[in-house]
Amino acid sequence: MSKTEASFGQTDRGGPHQPLIIAKDLKKHFPIRSGLLNRKTATVHAVDGISFEVQKGETLGIVGESGCGKSTTARLLIGLIELDDGSIIYDGDALGTDIKLKELRRGVQMVFQDSYASLNPRLTIVDSIAFGPKIHGHADPSGVARGLMGRVGLDPERFAERYPHELSGGQRQRVNIARALALSPRLVILDEAVSALDKSVEAQVLNLLNDLKEELGLTYVFISHDLNVVRYISDRVLVMYLGEVVEVGPADAIYAKQAHPYTASLFAAMPSMDPDNRTEEPPLAGDPPNPIDPPTGCRFHTRCRFAEDICSKTKPKLSVIGGSERHLAACHLQDTTSGHSQALKEVAE
Amino acid sequence: MSVVPLVEFENLKVRFKGERTVHAINGLNLSLQPGEMLGLLGESGSGKSVTLKTLLRLLPPKRSELEGSVRVNGTDVMSLSGKALARHRGGEVSMIFQEPALALDPVYTVGEQIAETVMRHKGVSRVAAMDVALDMLTRVRIPSPERRLKTYPHEMSGGMRQRAMIALALSCRPKLLLADEPTTALDATVQIQILLLLRELQKEFGMGVIFVTHDIGVAVEVSDRIAVMYAGNLVESGTAAEVIKNPRHPYTKGLLAANLHGAVKGQRLDAIPGSPPALETAPDACSFADRCPQATNRCRSALPPVVDISGQHKVACVLETANV
Repeated sequence: MSKTEASFGQTDRGGPHQPLIIAKDLKKHFPIRSGLLNRKTATVHAVDGISFEVQKGETLGIVGESGCGKSTTARLLIGLIELDDGSIIYDGDALGTDIKLKELRRGVQMVFQDSYASLNPRLTIVDSIAFGPKIHGHADPSGVARGLMGRVGLDPERFAERYPHELSGGQRQRVNIARALALSPRLVILDEAVSALDKSVEAQVLNLLNDLKEELGLTYVFISHDLNVVRYISDRVLVMYLGEVVEVGPADAIYAKQAHPYTASLFAAMPSMDPDNRTEEPPLAGDPPNPIDPPTGCRFHTRCRFAEDICSKTKPKLSVIGGSERHLAACHLQDTTSGHSQALKEVAE
Repeated sequence: MSVVPLVEFENLKVRFKGERTVHAINGLNLSLQPGEMLGLLGESGSGKSVTLKTLLRLLPPKRSELEGSVRVNGTDVMSLSGKALARHRGGEVSMIFQEPALALDPVYTVGEQIAETVMRHKGVSRVAAMDVALDMLTRVRIPSPERRLKTYPHEMSGGMRQRAMIALALSCRPKLLLADEPTTALDATVQIQILLLLRELQKEFGMGVIFVTHDIGVAVEVSDRIAVMYAGNLVESGTAAEVIKNPRHPYTKGLLAANLHGAVKGQRLDAIPGSPPALETAPDACSFADRCPQATNRCRSALPPVVDISGQHKVACVLETANV
């Protein structure tokens, strides 16, 4: 990879303690239009005021069920869809005021779930990877592309002139990863990037991602519904439900003890992998509610077995729980002053 | 045992002709006892869905060549045609799919679709069939089933649609249910509900189930017995405990490692290298040899023998011949 091209997106401007990305109060509502006059009849609350940080060099895992807003969050981070409200700060610079979208995209790249749909079927592999460097004025785009192909385990001699349909799913996803790395980004967003792959191929790609991270000093935002994969790859985990963050914290802490009842249910829903000790009771009944008309108060109260009046009336704030400063959850049970009858009691000094 | 197996595949071979030939199934031997729940585990292209489709004769007749025998309850499925085949499909054997939205008819209500099946197979009146439909919706635990009878598939959530499809599939009390990745498209908290529901209904109705999945965790959750497929044949089969706790085939071991259950963060994964073979020719050696860390010349020169380990545990690997 060319280090001579080091330019705006790639240099460390904020220092090691400045988070690479700060997302503040992100909001995205999609209007639903219908009828003769195409009037707005409803709103999908896809992402509803979420805030988080991504530290330099870490992997942040985002988990949640379909419709919880994890992919919308990813698309907001890279400016594929416009924010309704909130701000994104990249290494100390606010998007829109300090830096432009094109500059952000040199530093932040993305890999999608569908490896075939995200490649241009009429471009050869080497042209697809070289496209970004060419647009950004690199002197030798196809040289960069060939180098990257070797790096992700695709022999340039054999694969450079092939088209996407001539590759297997695992090989295509390697092409997508190479393309995402072509501008030497610092943050790569992986949106269900390994979910469509067969298990044996998925393990190969995870190994590749770990190697690349170490070698190139990358930061990852890793979105997945597979908790085993997220546990393996993430330093911190963020759990979303219906457009909101319900819990965030170090992966080890969350996997050891979940503070939010939704997180606990999500973990309990994982297959047990023990034939002598299979799951007997489903942790939750019913499907997630529709984000068009999310429940009031705590959005999880309609499915939560601890729900009380307070839960449908007041929205719980995301606040620090337990001993760790970095472990936060949004639940009345964790707040001594919430008025919930089963809430944690103040520890007597 | 003198009991007639519910399903018996004997040396089944399926070949698809066309622009290129694909040897999808290569000499499959597999049986299922009545009331047994078998998890058929494999990656894409391993032939697990093709296996299910032969049981319903759903493969395109002009393009596929079949050899060997397939019996359901003693009946040769290959010889069925006309009315006998229609009775077989949905009456004896029925199937649920990954995408209930595609499998259900969008222009009929859920109640009408279930009732149609019942009228067709049981020859009862429309009113009686509607009663069966209501009973089925109750059994699959759809809330307010009377109201749901009159709804269209698009008005239901993914989990509800999958329940409706299960109700439809079981409405004629088949002896065998084929489940083709029925929970893959569902969210985790909904998936576990459907898995537990299938487990309960299987006991309640005493039917045999073949559950196809690529997810080991799901297979463990539902199956009495697990069969692992690779490149159109079984590589290992046995009770869920035998296969999960004592995997013998290198491919099964690799799959278990790739599940990441208990993988340590940052530690390199023991990934199976390469990708599955294209199956353009019929295998004359172990199909896994090219990806196997323990492969020897013997593996590449002849088909692997099927070795009985213990109980129901069988492995198709030459490495096991030395151990027995």
